[in-house]
Amino acid sequence: MTSSFNAIVPMACVTAAGIAAMVAEAFRDPGERMPIAGLGAVGLIGAAIATVLLWNHDTSSFGVVVADNFGLFVTGILIVVGLLTLAFSGPTIERERLPGGEYYALMLFALAGMMLMATATDLVVIFLALEVLSLAVYVLTGIRRDSPASAEAALKYFLLGAFSSAFFLYGIALTYGLAGSTRLDRIGSLIAAQALSPTPMQLLALGLLLVGFAFKVSAVPFHMWTPDAYEGAPPAVTGFMSTGVKAAAFAAFVRVFLAAFDPLQHEWWIVLWLIAAATMIVGTVVGVAQSSVKRMLAYSSIAHGGYLLVALLSANDVGKGAVLFYLLAYAVTNLGAFGVIAVLEHEDAANDHVRDYAGLADEHPVLAALMTVFLLSLGGFPPLAGFIAKWYVFSAAVKAGYTGLAIIGVLTSVVSVFFYLRIVVMMYMTPREAPVRVPSLPRVAGLALVVSAILVFYLGILPTRVLDWAAASISTIF
Amino acid sequence: MPFPILTSLIALPIAGALLLLFVGRDEQHAPLARRIALVVSVLVFAETLLLWSRFNASSADFQFVERHAWIPAFGISYYVGVDGISLFLLVLTGFLTPLAFLGSWESVHSKTRAFCIVILLLESAMIGVFVSLDLFLFYVFWDAMLIPMYFLIGIWGYDRRIYAAVKFILYTMAGSVLMLLAILSLAYLQKEAAGSYSFDLLRLYELDIAPSQQFWFFAAFALAFAIKVPLFPFHTWLPDAHVEAPTAGSVILAGVLLKMGTYGLIRFAFPLFPQAAAFFAPKLAVLAVIGIIYGALVAMVQPDMKKLVAYSSVSHLGFVVLGIAAMNTQGVQGAVYQMLNHGVSTGGLFLIVGMLSDRRHTRLISEYGGLKSVMPRLVAVFLIVTLSSIGLPGLNGFVGEFLILLGAFRWDPTMTAFAASGVILSAAYMLWMFQRVNYGPVEHEKNLRLPDLQPREWAVIGPIVAAAILMGVLPNLFLKPIEPSVIRLVNQVQQGQRSPTRIQAGLGPR
Repeated sequence: MTSSFNAIVPMACVTAAGIAAMVAEAFRDPGERMPIAGLGAVGLIGAAIATVLLWNHDTSSFGVVVADNFGLFVTGILIVVGLLTLAFSGPTIERERLPGGEYYALMLFALAGMMLMATATDLVVIFLALEVLSLAVYVLTGIRRDSPASAEAALKYFLLGAFSSAFFLYGIALTYGLAGSTRLDRIGSLIAAQALSPTPMQLLALGLLLVGFAFKVSAVPFHMWTPDAYEGAPPAVTGFMSTGVKAAAFAAFVRVFLAAFDPLQHEWWIVLWLIAAATMIVGTVVGVAQSSVKRMLAYSSIAHGGYLLVALLSANDVGKGAVLFYLLAYAVTNLGAFGVIAVLEHEDAANDHVRDYAGLADEHPVLAALMTVFLLSLGGFPPLAGFIAKWYVFSAAVKAGYTGLAIIGVLTSVVSVFFYLRIVVMMYMTPREAPVRVPSLPRVAGLALVVSAILVFYLGILPTRVLDWAAASISTIF
Repeated sequence: MPFPILTSLIALPIAGALLLLFVGRDEQHAPLARRIALVVSVLVFAETLLLWSRFNASSADFQFVERHAWIPAFGISYYVGVDGISLFLLVLTGFLTPLAFLGSWESVHSKTRAFCIVILLLESAMIGVFVSLDLFLFYVFWDAMLIPMYFLIGIWGYDRRIYAAVKFILYTMAGSVLMLLAILSLAYLQKEAAGSYSFDLLRLYELDIAPSQQFWFFAAFALAFAIKVPLFPFHTWLPDAHVEAPTAGSVILAGVLLKMGTYGLIRFAFPLFPQAAAFFAPKLAVLAVIGIIYGALVAMVQPDMKKLVAYSSVSHLGFVVLGIAAMNTQGVQGAVYQMLNHGVSTGGLFLIVGMLSDRRHTRLISEYGGLKSVMPRLVAVFLIVTLSSIGLPGLNGFVGEFLILLGAFRWDPTMTAFAASGVILSAAYMLWMFQRVNYGPVEHEKNLRLPDLQPREWAVIGPIVAAAILMGVLPNLFLKPIEPSVIRLVNQVQQGQRSPTRIQAGLGPR
């Protein structure tokens, strides 16, 4: 009986830390500084230990949460995301005088929701997890209450998000009506039995679920909220959203589409093909036209969602492993980039325009070098994590016979290099007109940036171990 | 275990770059940074010479092979080795890098430490490209090399440096990503044929690929290499990159980077896909001949010396591609030799143009004239390097061009006749430029009191002149080690073209 709780220990640790953060905030004297972020870190480390202990045990709780290696790998990614976000949040919270307890509590609850989403094997639980993480992230987006941009972003995100949740829920309802169950394995076996002649109802249910997922991973044409939300939120939150939410949503996406709805692949592949192609193209082409760094990275994250969709669509062993590796590589790299943005933000200067990066290499060479590493990795240059990740994705596509998609993928990644390099050009090759105002580098955030950069190099030069883990993870569920 | 000489060649410049991180960033530490970089690059050169001396010239096999599993799940390994074709490209890389440092000793005034780091990293990546025997590893070095070159042009270049740097990196990337897909597809074909992934070049050589597939593979590889060479009509990035790059950048770009394209054709595109190569070779040759004549004609009308030399590269590399397309022993051997010659003579020309522009801060031919009476020594070496570029017998350029034309004539006399006109054209534009710069009266007052060659500049240009003469007088010193590998390669390609199911060529140990 006790074993049935084991699978939820990681998210329980994070939830407990979240509650502790809330309580600590309640007992905090005004103006008192408390190491609330430390609480979060303790919770996340607890979750990490639990994850390591659960590895290879395939534990299941209540029949709806399964701590298989796939879910645990994503949980691991989420722990990395959480720890790095905690480190990058400090400067923003201090500068903007945000309520620290609330901020960290929301972040930890969102993380718990993400972990649940990654390990859930029941559509209702997936929906529950989706709502837990979404609500927390909506609030985080608008946590700068006095900033109109932040409020606008949160409202847009919330309205569209609620809309898409409704789609998702309707899809679940239809699926339940068809299968008489919301458990993924039962849905899968039922659909497999009728796969040759899918009913319109099945296709409708499939389509509605697809819309829900496409929104969460900001795939074109459901990406409209992304640039606004990413621009309005504080950079640490944006980094968190663009990596954590994506990781959790893709984990559930893979489970639902490659486990339950896999027999219908001949129906959904063409839709997903078009979505993936459109996502890569729109993300990069529109990204070229941006002058705000956060907006640019928002479009870049849309494009990266497209690459992940290519891996998902390929649906072979390589593709499934590629989703996991890509999520990790992307999480480390993108969080690093947003970490730099977070550190650079200044009380009187947002430092968000591409032009604000002019001459950064002279003023702050270490920060500029780190940013360059992250941007080049996003662009997919060896020997960095982004290169191996993209190579893995395109291998999967080539193996699955989606050569056209692979060609679109490599060409869009060349286009994306153009806008990543714009920042590098600014930092290294353009002299600054006005004296730059770079805040001093906070120690924790600086350390986290260096750790991210080391991870980016590690995943790029010695990816073998992590690739093996990713391969081992997917073998447990498919 | 024998000493891993190739790995140490790749690692030494990186180690030097890391060492430089400990030197202060301020410009007051610049002399120290320069010295460290120079010492490291000279050590690398010495090591390439050591490699040459240990190289078994009578063997066609890959030597100094090192192999370690890297990503075993995909059959990717760290697999390096050197044969006659790549040996001298390594020596050339080692030879030109210290000269590039010395040549920009006084012209780089800002961020000197970063400059040194970037060039050392570039050297590492270039060496990596030439020694990789694993396609994945090759691609990693091939792509990684773009970043330091991008910074080199973008930070230390001239006025339109950013435009040139971005154009350079986007052009080359656009070409190479399709090659990446082709490499991936090859590995999957290998898995289907042999049961496991492999990026091992020697095993992929033996892979049986249907001619229709070969067509696409060859097209993807050849596009990447044609942009790098650059072959007409993919050459438009080159004049921009050359003109805007600092002297060191131009020297390395012309001297080594362009050779990666022709090296790729020899090492990868032709032997991997021999049947497609037979189909594409005449087309490549046509483009090469167009490039030879077009490059020469455009070079003739350039007012800017650097641009003139840049277009002359388009013309000269056209010869190299023609030799490769001929795919016989003389043609390929001449191509490999001409790659070295071009590195030496064009590197030398860029260094001399750099010296002139250090003195006068202009590269326009019309700003000079009559330099012979002002700087007799500089003009003397300028003449030698010019003649070497033209291909005067007794100097290096002659041997390579002659072999290429010989090989090409055996293959396609008409094409060769057109190409041969490029020899005359190159004499015309080079000598005309030389005459306008150096002869006649001194027309600009500023030119009257220019200093002649400094000791440092002797150290820069002396080795170039020595190499040009040595390679012209004793070509066998170089051609002997090249020959066995070239013969094996040509046999391998021809066998692949003859038989529908390919016979295993006599490949080295694996």
